[in-house]
Amino acid sequence: MTHLVSNLTLKVWRQNGPADKGKFETHVIESITDEASFLEMLDVLNERLIGENKEAIVFDHDCREGICGTCSLMINGQAHGPQRGSTTCQLHMRSFKDDDTIVIEPWRANAFPIIKDLMVDRAAFDRIVESGGFITSPTGGAPDANLIPVPKPVADAAMDAAACIGCGACVAACPNSAANLFVGAKLTHLNLLPQGQAERYKRAEAMVDTMDEHFGSCTNHGECSAACPKEISLDVIALMNKDYRSAKFKNRKQLSRK
Amino acid sequence: MTMLQDRPTNTKLISKVPDGALVDKWDNFKANAKLVNPSNKRKFKVIVVGTGLAGASAAASLAELGYRVDAFTFHDSPRRAHSIAAQGGINAAKNYQGDGDSVSRLFTDTIKGGDFRSREGNVYRLAQVSVNIIDQMVAQGVPFARDYGGLLDNRSFGGAQVSRTFYARGQTGQQLLLGAYQQLSRQIGLGGVRLFNRCELVDIVVIDGRAAGIVTRDLLTGELASHAAHAVVLATGGYGNAYYLSTNAMNCNVTAAWRAHQRGAYFANPCYTQIHPTCIPQADATQSKLTLMSESLRNDGRVWVPKNFDENRAAHEIPEQDRDYFLERLYPAYGNLAPRDISSRAAKRLVDKGLGVGPLKNGVYLDFAEAIGRLGRPVVEERYGNLFEMYERIAGENPYDQPMRIYPATHYTMGGLWVDYELQTTIPGLYAAGEANFSDHGTNRLGASALMQGLADGYFVLPYTISNGLAPLLNKTVPGTDHPEFKRVETEAKVRFQGYLNVRGTRSPDYFHRELGKLIWDYCGMERDRNGLERALTEIPALYSEFKKDLRVTGTGEGINQTLEKAGRVDDFFQLGTLMCKDALTREESAGGHFRVEYQTEEGEAVRDDENFCHVAAWEWTGDENNATRHEEQLSFETVQLATRSYK
Amino acid sequence: MSTSTPTRQPVTATAVGTRKRRPLLLDLYSTAVGKKYAMAISGIAMMGFVMFHMLGNTKMYLGAAELDGYAEFLKKLLYPLAPKESVLWILRVSLLGMLALHLHAAWSLTVLNRHARPVRYQSARDYQEASLASRSMRLSGIVVVMFMVWHLLDLTFGVVNTIGTDGVYVRSEVYANVVRSFDRWPVALFYVVANLLLGLHLAHGAWSIFQSLGWNNPRFNAWRVAFARGFAAIVVIGNISFPIAVTVGIVSV
Ligand SMILES: Cc1cc2nc3c(=O)[nH]c(=O)nc-3n(C[C@H](O)[C@H](O)[C@H](O)COP(=O)(O)OP(=O)(O)OC[C@H]3O[C@@H](n4cnc5c(N)ncnc54)[C@H](O)[C@@H]3O)c2cc1C
Ligand code: HEM
Ligand code: FES
Repeated sequence: MTHLVSNLTLKVWRQNGPADKGKFETHVIESITDEASFLEMLDVLNERLIGENKEAIVFDHDCREGICGTCSLMINGQAHGPQRGSTTCQLHMRSFKDDDTIVIEPWRANAFPIIKDLMVDRAAFDRIVESGGFITSPTGGAPDANLIPVPKPVADAAMDAAACIGCGACVAACPNSAANLFVGAKLTHLNLLPQGQAERYKRAEAMVDTMDEHFGSCTNHGECSAACPKEISLDVIALMNKDYRSAKFKNRKQLSRK
Repeated sequence: MTMLQDRPTNTKLISKVPDGALVDKWDNFKANAKLVNPSNKRKFKVIVVGTGLAGASAAASLAELGYRVDAFTFHDSPRRAHSIAAQGGINAAKNYQGDGDSVSRLFTDTIKGGDFRSREGNVYRLAQVSVNIIDQMVAQGVPFARDYGGLLDNRSFGGAQVSRTFYARGQTGQQLLLGAYQQLSRQIGLGGVRLFNRCELVDIVVIDGRAAGIVTRDLLTGELASHAAHAVVLATGGYGNAYYLSTNAMNCNVTAAWRAHQRGAYFANPCYTQIHPTCIPQADATQSKLTLMSESLRNDGRVWVPKNFDENRAAHEIPEQDRDYFLERLYPAYGNLAPRDISSRAAKRLVDKGLGVGPLKNGVYLDFAEAIGRLGRPVVEERYGNLFEMYERIAGENPYDQPMRIYPATHYTMGGLWVDYELQTTIPGLYAAGEANFSDHGTNRLGASALMQGLADGYFVLPYTISNGLAPLLNKTVPGTDHPEFKRVETEAKVRFQGYLNVRGTRSPDYFHRELGKLIWDYCGMERDRNGLERALTEIPALYSEFKKDLRVTGTGEGINQTLEKAGRVDDFFQLGTLMCKDALTREESAGGHFRVEYQTEEGEAVRDDENFCHVAAWEWTGDENNATRHEEQLSFETVQLATRSYK
Repeated sequence: MSTSTPTRQPVTATAVGTRKRRPLLLDLYSTAVGKKYAMAISGIAMMGFVMFHMLGNTKMYLGAAELDGYAEFLKKLLYPLAPKESVLWILRVSLLGMLALHLHAAWSLTVLNRHARPVRYQSARDYQEASLASRSMRLSGIVVVMFMVWHLLDLTFGVVNTIGTDGVYVRSEVYANVVRSFDRWPVALFYVVANLLLGLHLAHGAWSIFQSLGWNNPRFNAWRVAFARGFAAIVVIGNISFPIAVTVGIVSV
């Protein structure tokens, strides 16, 4: 049943563009139903701001059901807030108590520059995928889908990794701003499948090298996996490390064979 | 079967379905299509707007062929398109299960499911290429569910009699989109596609009757820019958000299709919208979107409402004799598995009467107590565990102890830009693909067929038809962005956006969107009738003029301004909403997703009027949103016999 | 604010072979993942060292002759096949090399990570998994190095050791040197603290190596953390038993 959560103090990061210094702005939400989602709470605040002739708080969001990976937000020091295995858009106000203070910050990483307020640019992820996060299979040339059986455990493990929504919480939560979980997940997805074998090592080398241009390094803290809305396992990072090492050797061999 | 040859046919509405037997049409088309020599392909630029399943697959395939492609999306990354949210699966006539499926069966099911309001030729082609889609996606690494032998698994979906649905857990749309996105990314990396992200199409430029390019607004800087091309593809998704509350993502909108409409593309069947029966009901006034729960829940859940209007006991305290299992009562043959539209309307009638459940009395119960008793909790948990969890996260109630509350919600729009067999709109050079076109689903889309159609359009249809359209343009100059028309359209867009900022009224765009959505939902939702639609046609324009006078957009036109973006989208929804109601009013029959109260049997079944309405309604813009002109494309059925849909 | 502006330009190359080719190992080491390989391998070498160092030192419980003899034995590794002390020197130099590598990698990764987030979070973080150990790797490492320097000055070079019975520091009197060193309580305390930090370092590090080297197998994954903690515990307990033994007089001259 519906309850009201009252007297919430929001400290929201406002930053007018990438060059601005930015600061926290305090707003008090007198009361809101606990059925509201976190983003709906921000919607309400934004309507109020517009009513006061002020600019609405800019934040990214789209599907609001935890699959598109558009929403972000560091809420009280946790990426996507206190609820495990979910995104900010799946967080509801029933996770908060009366008189709570809620601090909202954007993702912070050099590779994720702040666009405005709580919105950041995650294009670096796309750059990594463009460098090798695919299986080359031009339209029309595919063999019958059942030609190559894929053992169920392999398909399942690939799916576990493929569940990544590319939200960037891993980078945001990582004390080093490393993207290893994101890259590891994509590599694990594609490198486990028989269809991905031909380019396995090329892919590993290209993606890790591109990752290196943008992100920090992994200390195996495990924060990424804890923040991941899809709870992707650290195992994908180990697999990436292994394939990257093999790639360095194998790709050399292939190159010298040319 | 009635053929209505004597009715006037608009010369623009030539479907261009190739000659020959149904099974040969697509082959005939391909055999006769004009081709562009590989070395000449670089000379052509194609603009693809939208990077969902339809757009990403089209852009990647066209770039692989060698065309220069510019892809546009208002999202930050192509991977975020709304296609990502599809859960259930994708159909294909693979017949891997050997249970009697075939291309013709998928074809027939789609025609019948669409209540005989789609084009045979297109639908047959869709069924044909569905097979290639699965091959293509598996080759790209989509981790579809597999059985223990390692072969692909299928399930039956939405009441289909064969198991032809391929799925990847509850995330099929995500996995398919990632596949297409990765293929697109490869082309971006190789330089075949230039990607313009966070960049919204705000208008289409037509010069000498041909699509010459588009005008875009960079969402990060507010800058308007022109892009010229030999062909433009719109794969911009559906307009379900006209209802404000829907299962669509927040940013889905009709702007691209609507601009095309205003520039001369006919808009077909706008009133065909699909309602999904099992969504989580609105919880409060702040609600911004609705969440779909898989329809499979109805396999074991029982749907009921209390019999008493003043019922205030908790669900489990209400004794059996005070419950109304209305689907089992009304449709004993199908019970809780009655078709989507039938069960949706039954729920709506009871809720409208005041028998709804939940704090806002806006839902019906979907009860698993009986199933838990019969199967035991572990079995129920295994079948629906993740759905129950999802429900609990959103509704804050545990479905093991308390029945779920569900209510229908807008989910998909069958209407869209009118296209011919080549997916070309009535503006030459402008194509529409995916949910954005009026597509192959008639009045009602079968579950798991939207993903199929989007990928069919992008991968296997557009590459052929666009070549056919481009070949004659070889070595002819097309207008560039220095053409005065581009400047003119850019200025128009600038004035429009400045206009929103200048109103300086008191209400936010969201306020108007909410109010508009309520009107469309009430009058042009699950059930429509003449009175309601006529009322809507006065109330919507009234609200629209208030919008023009009382809108408030804070901030400026430079830099990112989500309020301003929203204002533009709501503006277009107003005009579309009017057209939806008009279309619903003029279609005096009930069929699939379009249910006119006046046209039903005693059992509440839709009554089609094949005599007068076996056609596509295609609307032409006249410069005034209240006075669009209706044209008709007659539909003829050569293979499937027109028959009344029956679920008894 | 030093963040870069939003980029929209795609990468230009998709295939391998565009980077400048360097010798294989340098190439590997030039990336963060490669540096972690270096850290893990050097870490393993040093883990081997601390474990054997600790085990060897337990000989002090058998008395002065055993321990001094053990020191002599180390000098004569592979003797007479190899000249006296030569193997020991090879070991010493490689260990120093490993340490240098470990330090260089730690340093450059730290710099990389600082660059990766030039503007810190402006509110407090609420960590979920990162442990005291994982977050204090740099601190614990530095203290361990400082300790090692002291340790060498103290027991190897005798620079800071108290003078022996006859007024001169005699390097081969290993047993006596140890006891005299630990008889000073601040030294014993430093020794204990440094070893606890070493334990902390290893409690995370000895788990981390599996990830860094890509040694991942569902069958033994559950054991990785236990291994790390066990390893760290054995080394720490062994090591700190020495000053305690001296302080309470179990081991004395
Ligand atoms: C909750 C849910 C579940 C579903 N489940 C299923 C299912 O199980 N099976 C099934 O077959 N179908 C399902 N559907 C339907 C299906 O997902 C969609 O119909 C389909 O994905 C639409 O794909 P699309 O490529 O046409 O458009 P979209 O994926 O919506 O992509 C639209 C693209 O256009 C871009 N765009 C739009 N306007 C502009 C503009 N003005 N300027 C620039 N870019 C623009 C967007 O950025 C986006 O990239 C489901 C739908 C919903 C809502
Ligand atoms: C001398 C000073 C030392 C410093 C400054 C230091 C620093 C570090 C740092 C910062 C890390 C984490 C690197 C990262 O993951 O980002 C690390 C890891 C590690 N250290 Fe040290 N360290 C030192 C000494 C040692 C010693 C003496 C040992 C062994 C006895 C050791 C064993 C390890 C191991 C096993 C790891 C894990 C490597 C991995 O993550 O794969 N370190 N060290
Ligand atoms: S808005 Fe899509 S994941 Fe949150």
